Amino acid sequence: MSKSNFSRRGVLKTGMVASAGLALPQYLRADAHAGFTNAPGDSEVILGFNVPQTGPYADEGADELRAYELAVEHLNGGGDGGMMPTFSSQALDGTGILGREVKYVTGDTQTKSDAARASARSMIEKDGAVMITGGSSSGVAVAVQALCQEAGIIFMAGLTHSNDTTGKDKRANGFRHFFNSYMSGAALAPVLEAAYGNNRKAYHLTADYNWGYTTQEAVQSSTEAMGWETVNTVLTPLTQTDFSSYIAPVLNSGADVLVLNHYGGNMVNSLTNAVQFGLREAQANGQNFEIVVPLYSRLMAKGAGANVKGIFGSTNWHWSLQDAGSQAFVRSFGTKYGFPPSQAAHTCYVQTLLYADAVTRAGSFNPCAVVEALEDFEFDGLGNGPTLYRGEDHQCFKDVLVVKGKENPDNEFDLLEIVEVTPAAQVTYPADHPQFAGGALGTCNPGA
Amino acid sequence: MLGLEKKDFRLLLIVIGLTMLAPFLLNPFPEGSEMAQFNAGYPDLMQRFVIFGIFAIGFNILFGLTGYLSFGHAAFLGAGSYGAVWMFKLLSMNVLPAIAISVVIAGLFSLLIGYISLRRSGIYFSILTLAFAQMSFALAYSVLTPITGGETGLQLALDDPRIFGVSQTATGNIPVPALFGLEMRSSFEWEVGAWLFTFNTGYYLAALFMILAFYMSIRIFRSPFGMMLRAIKSNQTRMSYTGLNAKPYTLAAFVISGMYAGLAGGLMASMDPLAGAERMQWTASGEVVLMTILGGAGTLIGPVLGAGMIKYFENIFSKINETILHGWFAFLPDGLENFVVAMIYPFIGKGWHLTLGIVFMLVVIFLPGGLVQGGQKIAALFKRSKPEDAKPNATEPAE
Amino acid sequence: MDQFILQILNGLDKGSAYALIALGLTLIFGTLGVVNFAHGALFMLGAFVAVTVSNILTLSHKVVDETRTDFLGNPLQVDVPYLYDWFGQTAGDAIIDWAVPISIIIAIPIMVAIGFIMERGLIKHFYKRPHADQILVTFGLAIVIQEIVKYFYGANPIPTPAPEAFVGSFDFGVAFGFDPNAIIYPYWRLVYFFFSIFIIGAVFAFLQFTTFGMVVRAGMADRETVGILGIDIDKRFTIMFGIAAAVAGLAGVMYAPINSPNYHMGMDFLVLSFVVVVVGGMGSLPGAVAAGFLLGILESFASMSAVIDILPGINQIIIYLVAIIILLTRPRGLMGRKGVMEE
Repeated sequence: MSKSNFSRRGVLKTGMVASAGLALPQYLRADAHAGFTNAPGDSEVILGFNVPQTGPYADEGADELRAYELAVEHLNGGGDGGMMPTFSSQALDGTGILGREVKYVTGDTQTKSDAARASARSMIEKDGAVMITGGSSSGVAVAVQALCQEAGIIFMAGLTHSNDTTGKDKRANGFRHFFNSYMSGAALAPVLEAAYGNNRKAYHLTADYNWGYTTQEAVQSSTEAMGWETVNTVLTPLTQTDFSSYIAPVLNSGADVLVLNHYGGNMVNSLTNAVQFGLREAQANGQNFEIVVPLYSRLMAKGAGANVKGIFGSTNWHWSLQDAGSQAFVRSFGTKYGFPPSQAAHTCYVQTLLYADAVTRAGSFNPCAVVEALEDFEFDGLGNGPTLYRGEDHQCFKDVLVVKGKENPDNEFDLLEIVEVTPAAQVTYPADHPQFAGGALGTCNPGA
Repeated sequence: MLGLEKKDFRLLLIVIGLTMLAPFLLNPFPEGSEMAQFNAGYPDLMQRFVIFGIFAIGFNILFGLTGYLSFGHAAFLGAGSYGAVWMFKLLSMNVLPAIAISVVIAGLFSLLIGYISLRRSGIYFSILTLAFAQMSFALAYSVLTPITGGETGLQLALDDPRIFGVSQTATGNIPVPALFGLEMRSSFEWEVGAWLFTFNTGYYLAALFMILAFYMSIRIFRSPFGMMLRAIKSNQTRMSYTGLNAKPYTLAAFVISGMYAGLAGGLMASMDPLAGAERMQWTASGEVVLMTILGGAGTLIGPVLGAGMIKYFENIFSKINETILHGWFAFLPDGLENFVVAMIYPFIGKGWHLTLGIVFMLVVIFLPGGLVQGGQKIAALFKRSKPEDAKPNATEPAE
Repeated sequence: MDQFILQILNGLDKGSAYALIALGLTLIFGTLGVVNFAHGALFMLGAFVAVTVSNILTLSHKVVDETRTDFLGNPLQVDVPYLYDWFGQTAGDAIIDWAVPISIIIAIPIMVAIGFIMERGLIKHFYKRPHADQILVTFGLAIVIQEIVKYFYGANPIPTPAPEAFVGSFDFGVAFGFDPNAIIYPYWRLVYFFFSIFIIGAVFAFLQFTTFGMVVRAGMADRETVGILGIDIDKRFTIMFGIAAAVAGLAGVMYAPINSPNYHMGMDFLVLSFVVVVVGGMGSLPGAVAAGFLLGILESFASMSAVIDILPGINQIIIYLVAIIILLTRPRGLMGRKGVMEE
């Protein structure tokens, strides 16, 4: 018998040879002195890919899963290696991680924090996963991040944009590559000023939950800083499908810009409704009426169809970037699946590589060693230019893209065009910025 | 024995046996084998089995006995978990006060909602409970964010002002829920040959509560109070003609089942200290209805079986991905392998909802009495010589 | 004032969708006595008929365009719809543009057929079963239908625009002496409103002025007596189920341009439409329609920022709050009959 807080089955599967019908005394256990949760055995290591497979974000989850499979293939030396040759750290050599073959398990978050945690716990307790990654909403990311902290597992966040993930809900075992609400605001403001001038009145429609609040706050403060006025902010229920009653009063409110702090289905519907009401052709205060969507994703753009044309927003990454890393990734992904990757796929791929690289550089799977290797790690060649994983809050600082809906798309994946690549310096903020106040990183937890 | 008839006592013993031996029963396949995918004997899922078992047992006291179909029971579970997490944040990491407060909060909440909703019956009652639950969910997700944590759920933080106990452990982490120092997440692992069995503290605590809950439910089913509830189901009008007011009885049943839900919520928070608003959504209420019906409404053991089945689907089937399938059928020729995988894949992994829907429909169509009825039918096949024994009292539907 | 009128207008439009769904639901409940939780799924299927028709119209073959390259640097393959080949680009585009109105014609037989199959294959066996069983089996069916749609169409919403001719808004304000832009309303939503009025009117006229409708109404009131008179009421009820399915489906087809259809739009409407039916009174057709419009208007008022500022979160719960108040003050809803669904 052995006492443990979380199981160590990863080891057991490989260390099984010795056991012959009797309970092993504790001192024979391979991991008895490893000192951290789910220490991998000598031949393989298991990663947990926790993505939405049912519910409204299932398509996004499917794209994340494709990226993970590609990353695993590349780590194990298959395929063309993707971003591994362009990655500034050349620690990875295509022999798995620290000589162990990479295996993975998948789970369904259902985009619900409870289900996501259940799925993550089963990966940790049943499958012996040493790292959990994925997800497509901030609620899930924050919930799973807290779980991983408690269990002594590394969490590499997938798509999560709320300030809270690396703000008030940050955790030492969690890392976010994706950008956040603050960065969206900081990157969008100068572009909006250049395009629409600084004498504008904005009307915000905001999804009534945490992510909506932080996004509205970020966009509002950065646009007000350049002289825009905020006429009104209205909160809309998550479950709303028809936004007509929120859109109808906008045109007569004295505003000349509508900011839609919505994501996913909410954004698709609110933008579609806004365009139906003719806001894009309308005039207000002697200027053309404009719509802004702070956070874009390709799937949302696809759902909204022609309505996105000419509408500004920000995004973490886009496949049309011309740097070597992005090109290599697009080629590798496109060859395997036949279409270009989404920003969610990019983030998930990069997060997997970053984790593998950190383990290799640290020479250990111990979460505390990984945390140390990732903190203040500077790298390049993974798209988005030179990037810093800041130690104080485990947020990546890198270039942010401002995009707008393309007027004449070539195909269903070619919906956004890059307007500006905002350099990292412009979206960097101090770790104690008021929008990120509260909460503490704590210390890394190796579990066991 | 314990105030139970012999048959009921036997059933209780079976339940005790099953829950105590669950770590063995749920892990029938050796570690590392292909079939290990179907093992369910890990702490999280075992905990969920018994916690949702409690939830369903409680729901069955209302629905199975009185026939009042509540579509809002998840709200009580959610309210209970919020109460428990707040106890962890403010009072101490001991699970007992947290569980106690969650039962109390859920009890009060259900008293309020039950008092109003029970003014109507039939589908009007269902819609009223549904409306209350959806209101709770919508508000918890949005405007009540300071109390409920909103989208991200209510969590512990490093700076919680805990009156008894520390805000952080010596290593700078958040303390974990425990029963007088016995951590809920701690487990003993026992290797027997190729098998690995996990005995988790939290599971056994929850299992203990479930056995108690089950015992209470047997007592309620067999009591004069239980008879009264059945009378409400079979003919409320006739009951009122005999001069009995049904309302206090139904309200009592409603509050009891709400407290069961609160107990489940408190246990959930104790096993994993986070409370999310999704717990209160109408689909979550729908889930407990599915569990009860799937297992057999009005039977004692049915709801527990139904809860187990749905949680098994959600956690085990959803994790089977295409790669694993290809692994299973690798022995087939390539073309056939791809064909078989293509035929099965829509039903598992990301398609687990579809399978659940189909199974559920089949049960409602062919086995209105749920899995218990299915079991009885099978048992009857083997006991054809003595048909009068085919329907043991213990599992007879309440009608 | 103009805000007020605007929200009434908006509520009427919103309410017309609720009313159509609730109408179908009530037809089924009133005639067959079945509580159909799969009704939202029928609405969703209607929207996906529109999606499918527009997919069929844009069936394409690939033409390699050497002058452009795709994201991998290969020559770009451009999709050219067969319609372009047959009718030329202008006429082809025009047909594709009118995909949604075309779908209406196609949707009617499809939805009626789906209704028949559902009724004969499944619902028929549940007439004698308790309402709880009907709710549960149709709920299971709703899950199965939506998962099948998701398997084929994915989880992402699919844009299904209205014809170009209906894009843009009509300025009521100017017509009635308000400031320009004060009261504007999109053409397609106006079309939706009048379409639903037409359908509702047609259903009522059908029940009121045809022999068939008279028999059905008699059957609704007293099924057994009508049966004793030697009328095959079952067959008529099957037809009514088909009609109800078609009403839900048409509501869905016309709704597709308003919000991009996705596989769970039926579930999104399900709870709401039941609240509408119950508020209106189970089994009452006028009640369902009135409650649909009423709740639509109240929902619109609750979303006004002046209202939210006073009562934060009211827009989240208004529908449910109204349902609770109505059910407590008027036990059988606005126009419900005594003794329906109270066992």
